[in-house]
Amino acid sequence: MQHDAVKREKSVSRRQVLRLASAVSLGLMSGLIKPSEVFAAEWPNKAFDAKNVADALRGLGGETFVESKDVELNAPDIAENGAVVPVGISTKLPGVSTLAILVEKNPLALSGVFSIPAGTEAAVNTRIKMSGTSVVYALVKVDKQWLMASKEVKVTLGGCGG
Amino acid sequence: MADPMRLRAMNNGEHTEIKILMRHDMETGQRKEADGKLVPAHFIQHVEVKWQDKVVFDAMFGTSIAKDPYLAFKFKGGKKGELVKVSWRDNKGESRSDEVAIA
Repeated sequence: MQHDAVKREKSVSRRQVLRLASAVSLGLMSGLIKPSEVFAAEWPNKAFDAKNVADALRGLGGETFVESKDVELNAPDIAENGAVVPVGISTKLPGVSTLAILVEKNPLALSGVFSIPAGTEAAVNTRIKMSGTSVVYALVKVDKQWLMASKEVKVTLGGCGG
Repeated sequence: MADPMRLRAMNNGEHTEIKILMRHDMETGQRKEADGKLVPAHFIQHVEVKWQDKVVFDAMFGTSIAKDPYLAFKFKGGKKGELVKVSWRDNKGESRSDEVAIA
């Protein structure tokens, strides 16, 4: 259900992007979403300011993702405190360049992006904040493709507002 | 000056496991004070981990990484006594670097 919602949202925004592309010069568009720029020490504003998963992915230079059993997402079923939710992403797939953690219903969807140089395992553990119960997404970039695992985490006490 | 990080680097033969605990409030910019004023966002944006002058891990954070950020990962290589350097920079330009010897 959740995934369908994301897909719908994505297809709508993709149409909007296409409409935009006809108005804005192509050079500018490609300049905005060059994936190689994401880790050139510049913090990817566009991805981190995104309010939903689809826009955040676009900010990272991605278009679509594919659900994959090769991506592992470790997160609790229930988090009593949304201010500190342990999350782990890992995959045994070779050729991984980037990992990302996103929370669908947080005010800003993207929590963190981790680049994986050669020799470093494609696995990271961290702790995130969740404003409430939400689907958490683990995205893994292999070559040019983004693979995804997701899990709903129920939050008893939200951790974003105050 | 920001508080020091707590770092651990453990070699288990083939890999070195790094555990990092940074000290930072990680203000989201969404939280309100008692008087209703928003507390401005103040959070770590970039973390870089180097071993032998080689970047072994690079993280970009948004506002929803938990207060006092924690990171754990593994890289191939590393010998006892070699140094691992961790640096972070936040959205106000504050930064901190700490080093740990691989155990």
